[in-house]
Amino acid sequence: MSAAPVVLAASSATTVAPIQTPHVEYSSISPLLIVLGLAFAGILVEAFAASEARRRIQPVLAFAGFAAAFIAVVLLHSRRATLVSGALAIDGPTLFLEGTILLFGLFAVLLVAERRLDSSGGAIVASASVTPGAAGSTAMQTSKEVQTEAYPLLAFSVSGMLMFVASNNLLVMFVALEILSLPLYLLAGLARRRRLLSQEAAMKYFLLGAFSSAFFLYGLAMIYGYAGTVRLGAIADAAGSASANDTYLYLGMGLLAVGFFFKIGAAPFHSWTPDVYQGSPTPVTAFMAAATKVAAFGGLLRVFYVAFGGLRWDWRPVIWGVAILTMAIGAVLALTQRDIKRMLAYSAIAHAGFLLVGLAAANTDGLSGSMFYLVTYGFTTIAAFAVVSLVRTGDGEASDLSQWQGLGRTSPWLAGIFAFLLLALAGIPLTSGFTGKFAVFQSAIEGDATPLVVIALVCSAIAAFFYVRVIVLMFFSDPPADGPVVVTRPSLTYATVGVGALVTLLLGVAPQPLLDLASHAAASGFVR
Amino acid sequence: MTPAVAAGAEGGAVHYAAASGAFSLSWLLIALPLAGAAVLLLGGKRTDKFGHVVGTVAALASFVVGLVIFFTLVGRDGSDRAVSQHLFSWIPVNGFQVDAGLLVDQLSVVFVLLITGVGTLIHIYSIGYMAHDPGRRKFFAYMNLFLASMLLLVLGNNFLALYAGWELVGLSSFLLIKFWEYKPAAATAANKAFYMNRVGDVGLAIAIMFMFGTLGSTNYDHVFTAAAGGAIGHGTITAIALLLLLGACGKSGQFPLQAWLPDAMEGPTPISALIHAATMVTAGVYLIARSAPVFNETQAARTVVVIIGAVTILIGCVIGCAYDDIKKVLAYSTVSQIGYMFLAVGLGPAGYALGIAHLLAHGFFKAGLFLGSGSVIHAMDDEQDMRRYGGLWKYMKVTWVTFGLGYLAIIGCPPFSGFFTKDKIIETAFDKGGTSGYILGIVALLGAGITAFYMTRLFLMTFHGKARWSHEGADAKHPHESPTTMTGPMILLAIGSVAAGALFVVGGTLQDWLAPVVGEHGEADHVLSPTVLTLLTLVVSAGGLAGAVLRYQLRPVDAVAKPDAAVSPLTVAARHDLYANTFNEAAFMIPGNYLVRFLVWFDKIIIDGLVGGTAATIGGLSGRLRRTQTGYVRTYALSMLGGTILVVGALLLVRAG
Repeated sequence: MSAAPVVLAASSATTVAPIQTPHVEYSSISPLLIVLGLAFAGILVEAFAASEARRRIQPVLAFAGFAAAFIAVVLLHSRRATLVSGALAIDGPTLFLEGTILLFGLFAVLLVAERRLDSSGGAIVASASVTPGAAGSTAMQTSKEVQTEAYPLLAFSVSGMLMFVASNNLLVMFVALEILSLPLYLLAGLARRRRLLSQEAAMKYFLLGAFSSAFFLYGLAMIYGYAGTVRLGAIADAAGSASANDTYLYLGMGLLAVGFFFKIGAAPFHSWTPDVYQGSPTPVTAFMAAATKVAAFGGLLRVFYVAFGGLRWDWRPVIWGVAILTMAIGAVLALTQRDIKRMLAYSAIAHAGFLLVGLAAANTDGLSGSMFYLVTYGFTTIAAFAVVSLVRTGDGEASDLSQWQGLGRTSPWLAGIFAFLLLALAGIPLTSGFTGKFAVFQSAIEGDATPLVVIALVCSAIAAFFYVRVIVLMFFSDPPADGPVVVTRPSLTYATVGVGALVTLLLGVAPQPLLDLASHAAASGFVR
Repeated sequence: MTPAVAAGAEGGAVHYAAASGAFSLSWLLIALPLAGAAVLLLGGKRTDKFGHVVGTVAALASFVVGLVIFFTLVGRDGSDRAVSQHLFSWIPVNGFQVDAGLLVDQLSVVFVLLITGVGTLIHIYSIGYMAHDPGRRKFFAYMNLFLASMLLLVLGNNFLALYAGWELVGLSSFLLIKFWEYKPAAATAANKAFYMNRVGDVGLAIAIMFMFGTLGSTNYDHVFTAAAGGAIGHGTITAIALLLLLGACGKSGQFPLQAWLPDAMEGPTPISALIHAATMVTAGVYLIARSAPVFNETQAARTVVVIIGAVTILIGCVIGCAYDDIKKVLAYSTVSQIGYMFLAVGLGPAGYALGIAHLLAHGFFKAGLFLGSGSVIHAMDDEQDMRRYGGLWKYMKVTWVTFGLGYLAIIGCPPFSGFFTKDKIIETAFDKGGTSGYILGIVALLGAGITAFYMTRLFLMTFHGKARWSHEGADAKHPHESPTTMTGPMILLAIGSVAAGALFVVGGTLQDWLAPVVGEHGEADHVLSPTVLTLLTLVVSAGGLAGAVLRYQLRPVDAVAKPDAAVSPLTVAARHDLYANTFNEAAFMIPGNYLVRFLVWFDKIIIDGLVGGTAATIGGLSGRLRRTQTGYVRTYALSMLGGTILVVGALLLVRAG
């Protein structure tokens, strides 16, 4: 029975049609092209410029490139189409998420370029290839050199993210996933201090990332086996038509979901998050926490809304379960963390759970609410990590919580801003954390997910405990005698903290313009 | 059927004219003393030197505005004397509209004159009385605050404004009772007054909620139109009336909430005169008279009012006989006199105006008596025990005469004010008819006799007989007349005590004046001839007086009271406030304490335990879950694999199901 198509295919091979080269709408994919071009230009700079010049050129180049790409996104704001023979899509969610990723990329450049933090300069090591503990490894920590490859790596990663949220085709999406992931694995290993921890983080991230990519790829194969196509729209059509054996479809959907869950750090695929967040250079952690989450969530939203939109009654229970587990694990495990970066990592896990609540809503409001939430969370978390990078002892960041005691007395401004950011992460009103949670939870209630919202609120309450505990620690404890020092005048980091805190405040007080933008972007939906 | 009910059935609708001309200034009545209070409180020590002047001028200015408004009102037509002024939208929520507005009518304007008039006199008196007190500025600030609050209470054109004033007078009363807060007794008395007032205030608050619930408005015109038109169910209107009565009992020190008022005498004497005799404690009477259309509709609530009035008359009288502290006696006398007012307003349209008349007369003579007692206490170096007085008339003639006039007024000696007003109340009580009428009448009559007894006792023990103090020794006293700032107000109040009664009652002046507000009094069928009754009252009062003269003038008075064992059980009971405090303690305070202890225990063990337990549980869970974070990639990979199996399995399960 199944022989006939094969024969047909074989016979058609004899009269082979010329391979059609896809028509490429260069202007519509210009943000992606700009960032890719930037990445290659960065490599060229690495190859040809002197080390001193590299240190000056790379940040400017990266910043300008991301800014240019952001402007391109803005210019494309009304474009809705599928591109490159349907491999990519440009629509409201794509543009909104691309813009968000590029903004976070800009802040990542600022943080990476900061050279006043360490006496020797920068958070990126001089040479990542020197084995920790080997001769010269301590010299690497104090060397004025930096591994400026960080900038092109950042650009490659951003280009992967841009492609990931625009992919309208599972295969392209897989490629994008790898493009965004591989540079991140490398970046995770570039911390100047605590080299061993950083390399361990990079190794773990790489191994587990590869593991999850395998799941993703396997799921992709299953879907192809079921639908005979990798295009999201076509998968939706196939899933909509009655089929005798849709086991492959569900297997594939589950495995694809695992790939996404890993990237967004949902439980039980979250174990890498605290280790990697702790070991990575803090600017990279900030970038991962904000931008990677946006990209992974963007892809997840697109796949589940477009390809599996008709099956929402089947996948919603699973999303419920994962959301509950993620929120609970993030909130509960954060309670006993002693390291501030690990605590923020668990906070990121909890926030991934809250975002999944928006997906569980499975409606347009859920889509716009999730996108809004991604923006609010991203700005707050970048600013929070930037503050973490400012509080230092003689040998690096003072990441142990006990060292933060009494910071409110020694540096009231910085501690005040950090307290504000923590309140935003906890979701207290007048911060963007509240409006974001409100948008997501409201859409979930409209989507008949009220029990989920109740659980989310309980988890928020648990989470509030450890945020407030840090505030109490900062303001109501006496500073230790050999306390950490807050670095003075690191202008780029200050700018990041300031803008992040300002956006957190603005979106908490006057969220309407961005909410309108998000719901406008979501209203037109995904193109297929 | 009473005439007012008939009028309500015919006309029904209550309507107030809009304010214009002098009436648009009525907000100044409140604003002036409020501004005084604000200047004195915000100005702080800088206003120490002239603070008393500011306070007095504010009170006087308010009085002048009151006079202007009063005479403008007199110049108006009888039916056109209720003027409502809309000030601003207070709560402009959709479906919940509350406007702040004032109502100047026949009832409120007499209160305005009483409050500002007596208030101004007492301000002047306080200049002398508080001359050496370091907190004089604060004292005047609080007094101004009280005036503003009390004026808001009587001028509001809705129950919510009344309630705001009601609470604010409670606050000022609290602040002034504990003015000498370093005295533990004063601090305790202030707290006691506050707590007991809360009981009543809750009643008033619930009554107002009832109005909102049934009518959606608390404006007097809406409520009274609805009440007279029968738009409120009988059960509801009775509930509202009884709750209003609870509020009135709390504020006016009526049974069963009377115990706070005597203790409130710990405050400075001018305060006892102004707040705890002349004005604030009569707010309950005002409330009932103001709510006349509501009370007219419910016989049951009126019955409760007269019972409370009658019981309180006796309680006040009996206890008044037993105390030796001059201010406590006067305080119980206040309790008892307000009982008369309650009795009067409880009698319905026949009695509202009489109650108000007695209130006004009482305002004068009781304020005068208190100021006189203050003058005596001042002269005797803060000694308040009458057993240590005696023969003071020689030393302070003005006080003696003014106090004597007030004394004659309160015992109902013709032609002083108390004679007219009290006599009328007794008459109206008998006129109620039936057994209940006789009982009420006899109680009121008996009260008059006992009043004559204990007031004569007070007067004789203070001003006559042998001096039970000495010029020499460690405890030497040098009684002297008080300064003019103190005697001046006393003289003016004494004139009021003499004249007020006849002015209000003879010819039914006040009754006619108030008729549009509280209803026509009508011509009652007399059970006993008024002449006979008047004579009877005089005989009973004379009996009480004679008894006191026999006991306290013709026989020597001990300088120290006899111990409880040597006196009659009734005296012992009266000395213990008829065990009201003991009862309150046993019935409310001790169970309340146990309740609080239980709640503290509940909060500590159950609530905190639950919270702390939850936190500890989650913390423990966190500590245990943390161990899953081993740091080994193989463990992480395994958990991912497990998760994958779960996710895929769940999806397949959903599909199968």
